[in-house]
Amino acid sequence: MNRFVVPAPLARLPWQVMVPLAMLVMFGAAVLYSAAGGSMSPFSGSHLLRFSVFMAMALVMTQFSRDFVKWAAYPVYAAVLLLLVLVETLGAMGGGSQRWLNLGPIVLQPSELMKPAIVLVLASFYHSLPVGEIGGWRSLLPAAVLIAVPMALVLMQPDLGTALAIAFGGGVMMYLAGLPGRWFAASALAGMIAAPLAYFFVLHGYQQQRVLTFLDPESDPLGAGYHITQSKIAIGSGGIMGKGFGEGSQSHLNYLPEPHTDFVFATMAEEWGLIGGLLVLLVFGIVLRWGQLVARRAPDRFSALLAAGMTATIFFYVAVNLMMVMGLAPVVGIPLPFMSHGGSSMMTNMICIGTLMMVDRWNKQVGQNGLA
Amino acid sequence: MPREKKQQINAAGLRYSFQRRSFLLGAVQGGVGLLLAARMGYLAVAENERYRMLAESNRVNLTLIPPRRGWILDRGGAPLASNRADFRVDIIPERMEDPQATVETLGTLLSLSPVDIQDLKDKLADSRGFQPVEVANGLDYDQFAAISVRLPDLPGVVPQRGFSRFYPTGPSVGHLIGYVGAASAEDYEREHIPLLVTPGFKIGKDGLEKQFEQTLRGEPGARRVEVTARGEIVRDLETREDVQGNAVQLTIDGPLQDYAARRIGLESGSVVVLDCLTGDILCMASMPSFDPNSFSDGIGRIEWKMLADDDHVPLRNKVLKGLYPPGSTVKPMVSMAFLEAGLDPEETVHCSGGLRVGNRVFHCWNRRGHGSVNMAKGIYQSCDVYFYHFAQRLGMDVIAPMARRLGMQEEFPLPVASQFFGTVPDPQWLKRKHGREWQAYDTVNATIGQGYMLANPLQLAVMAARLATGNQVMPRMILDSGKPQFQSMNFHGNHTEVIRNAMYDVVNGPGTAGRARLPIDGVELAGKTGTAQVVSLSVSGGNSGPWKFRDHGLFNFFAPYDNPRYAGAVVIEHGGGSGAAYPIARDVLTFLFDPVLGLEKLYELEEQWGGTPTERMARKYASYAEEYGVDIPRPPRNPSVITREVDAEARAAALETPSGGADGGVRPVENDAEIPPAGTAAREQRSNTAVGSTSRQGQQ
Repeated sequence: MNRFVVPAPLARLPWQVMVPLAMLVMFGAAVLYSAAGGSMSPFSGSHLLRFSVFMAMALVMTQFSRDFVKWAAYPVYAAVLLLLVLVETLGAMGGGSQRWLNLGPIVLQPSELMKPAIVLVLASFYHSLPVGEIGGWRSLLPAAVLIAVPMALVLMQPDLGTALAIAFGGGVMMYLAGLPGRWFAASALAGMIAAPLAYFFVLHGYQQQRVLTFLDPESDPLGAGYHITQSKIAIGSGGIMGKGFGEGSQSHLNYLPEPHTDFVFATMAEEWGLIGGLLVLLVFGIVLRWGQLVARRAPDRFSALLAAGMTATIFFYVAVNLMMVMGLAPVVGIPLPFMSHGGSSMMTNMICIGTLMMVDRWNKQVGQNGLA
Repeated sequence: MPREKKQQINAAGLRYSFQRRSFLLGAVQGGVGLLLAARMGYLAVAENERYRMLAESNRVNLTLIPPRRGWILDRGGAPLASNRADFRVDIIPERMEDPQATVETLGTLLSLSPVDIQDLKDKLADSRGFQPVEVANGLDYDQFAAISVRLPDLPGVVPQRGFSRFYPTGPSVGHLIGYVGAASAEDYEREHIPLLVTPGFKIGKDGLEKQFEQTLRGEPGARRVEVTARGEIVRDLETREDVQGNAVQLTIDGPLQDYAARRIGLESGSVVVLDCLTGDILCMASMPSFDPNSFSDGIGRIEWKMLADDDHVPLRNKVLKGLYPPGSTVKPMVSMAFLEAGLDPEETVHCSGGLRVGNRVFHCWNRRGHGSVNMAKGIYQSCDVYFYHFAQRLGMDVIAPMARRLGMQEEFPLPVASQFFGTVPDPQWLKRKHGREWQAYDTVNATIGQGYMLANPLQLAVMAARLATGNQVMPRMILDSGKPQFQSMNFHGNHTEVIRNAMYDVVNGPGTAGRARLPIDGVELAGKTGTAQVVSLSVSGGNSGPWKFRDHGLFNFFAPYDNPRYAGAVVIEHGGGSGAAYPIARDVLTFLFDPVLGLEKLYELEEQWGGTPTERMARKYASYAEEYGVDIPRPPRNPSVITREVDAEARAAALETPSGGADGGVRPVENDAEIPPAGTAAREQRSNTAVGSTSRQGQQ
């Protein structure tokens, strides 16, 4: 309707998602403003700045052609893998674990980039895999290697949360690619057997502690359980309407750990209550539903897998973070998309959004060129 | 179904599978979303109340304000124990992050000595973590401010304005009032309330402070503050004032108590003065003592070494827990027993310096003999033979009940933790205790207050009061408006007058204590001297040799003699004889009637002693600190354990001494010449008495 007033490329942007998303980011900025004790610095201002920068990046990404993206899948994956190795090497030389690369003003966390990269490379892989091979070992083994290598690198850091995110992204891609359902059933069964073994032989002490604490937070109320307990207190004490903007005692008096990153939802819920929480859930619902629609409308297998994978990645962030702050999952150090303060997670999530917008554009192009 | 699978493997099938599976994923995501919404609703609505309370208890910290302790007043309303506003610093050990650095910083800021720092480290090592440990009190504002600004770097350190206990007369009231200190772990177990682990709160540890703990304590105030997770105070929310504890008013006359304590000087001894009309204990001084002001922050290693090194047992309240053979001070009591048993006071006996009892000769302290002796002379000249003679005639069954009626072996209803009440021996007691029959020489020993007989100074004072008034005077320590009515002792005829007159002559007539006469016109003192043997003469002489083998000096008295108002007793341990005791009684009574005159005498003496007890203790502390520094063992964790040890030793020693006497080692002595107080110039022995030679020749 506005096509006559607004230039066409702008008008074709998915405003029905971008507006709620921008509002969510601004809401996040307000929460960060409060968490900083009523100040734009250090969290809120940079949060908004990052969103603007990465939104611009996403808009640029939107213009990429499908062929270019398809072509770039393996090089991008290889490049991110290289960065992961680099981080690992630098960390080993520095005498300790390291997750970040210092690139001048930017601190880059390559494991974050791997989450969209794994989706991209698997979309490309399954797109080019001959249809008849689905169900055979050729559909499984290369994909498994593509997933396992970065997972192993990330686990070495060690970063269980990101490793699980990569595994989840990869698993969703395999599932959507149509691999036989009994394989998933079988691996679920294997997982149930392997989980205890992994707990005892793979996880680090502090990770074991986190799992234990999750199962019984009261067992360690001042140690690892403190995070979960204080987070639940913050959310629960907010009630329906919240304590009011800037009135959250849990965050302002430092009872809530990490009130601006992993536990930003608790900070928000304390001051805005159930209303604020449902609002946040609603926006995430809008974004994720849009992502699924984009995937379903996609004209080809590559675009569909890509869009669905990106949606799943965002979902994984949201679900694990919210379950963690509400005491339904162990503390695994995964930030809440668009609200937590942190450049790497903002970048990853905006890459996902940018990719979805890109596929959305491809869809609309198909509609225009093919049907109209 | 393999067949179906094969059929599905084509592009359209995959597309269909994708649609189906992505729909399924979407459903799962929606489900998770609903789960999260439900979970949040549960936390924020159903559990809201609980979490709201938890958040509130996080945010709000209730700090107790230690109540101001009730004052302890003397009979005139002057404070014997009061509170002084001051700045103080405590540590809550479990909140410290780097104890070593914190203690060092505090040491620098407060300029603590190495000894203080070592003591503080000991206290921290012993503490239970949540119990506050006092670092210092009585700080000036600058020191307080210096710590307050560094608080962010000193977690666990609590500076605060508060009140600390102040005893204006210090050592003079040490044994009487006791002292306060931080609650021990045992206290906290007994009374499990948060107040006991509040920094700055002190509990009564000894004496009246302990006995009247609940009265004196008061109600704590409370301060509600908003705190951060690290415990930093953000702002005050609400403050409730404390309620000061109730005052306790004693019968003690504060200035008299102070005077008596100081007058004891360098000796080890005690002074008791009673009001004969009411039983009010006007003073009960026991010296040497400790300064309760310096005990409230715990007993440091140097203080402890000073106490432990002192053979004058400064931790024992000698008025209530010192037991002594009363010596000749029992003679008025024995005389009263004779009178009541029908003896004519004018009946005489000839004293030739000794009397054969059984196959053994018991000597009078005066080996030359007193010649013809009646009752009055028996008392004022303290003739032993008079009592040996009539005691054998009238028997112990007359003497022992009188001793008990007059207060010996009696435990008085006083608010004290314990009093040692001594022994009045009689045949039944001897049979029960030592499994042997009563012999004539036991009676003889008892009549001169030796042998098994033991009494504490308060009992001697009560004895004097009851003899002087003829009423059953009962001592009391707590002042109330009512004036007690004492029952009469029902002494017959003019018996009270006979005893009074004889005791008058001790001081004002041809008696043994002429130098005890009061320098005040119209007020005559009456009394009875006593010199109690500590060890058998074969071990040491009575007024020379090692200090702890010398005779005890005793004197009990009343005044004015014709209308007794005050009665009392002075006991000087190992003073060498009663000559060490009655000058103190004289000066204390002088002070009671004429404070200026009394003080003149005291100033003169204190100049030679090197100042008041407080000054002398401060000097001793300084010299100890210089000599030993931190290189002395730390004090025991619980000083009351040591006090008990001291008591037990005291009791054992008290039991040992008379057993020597029972073997016949009694050496009746009466060293009544005034002995210049220890520490004064020229301790010359103007002894006009023959120190009895050994009486061991009798039997073994």
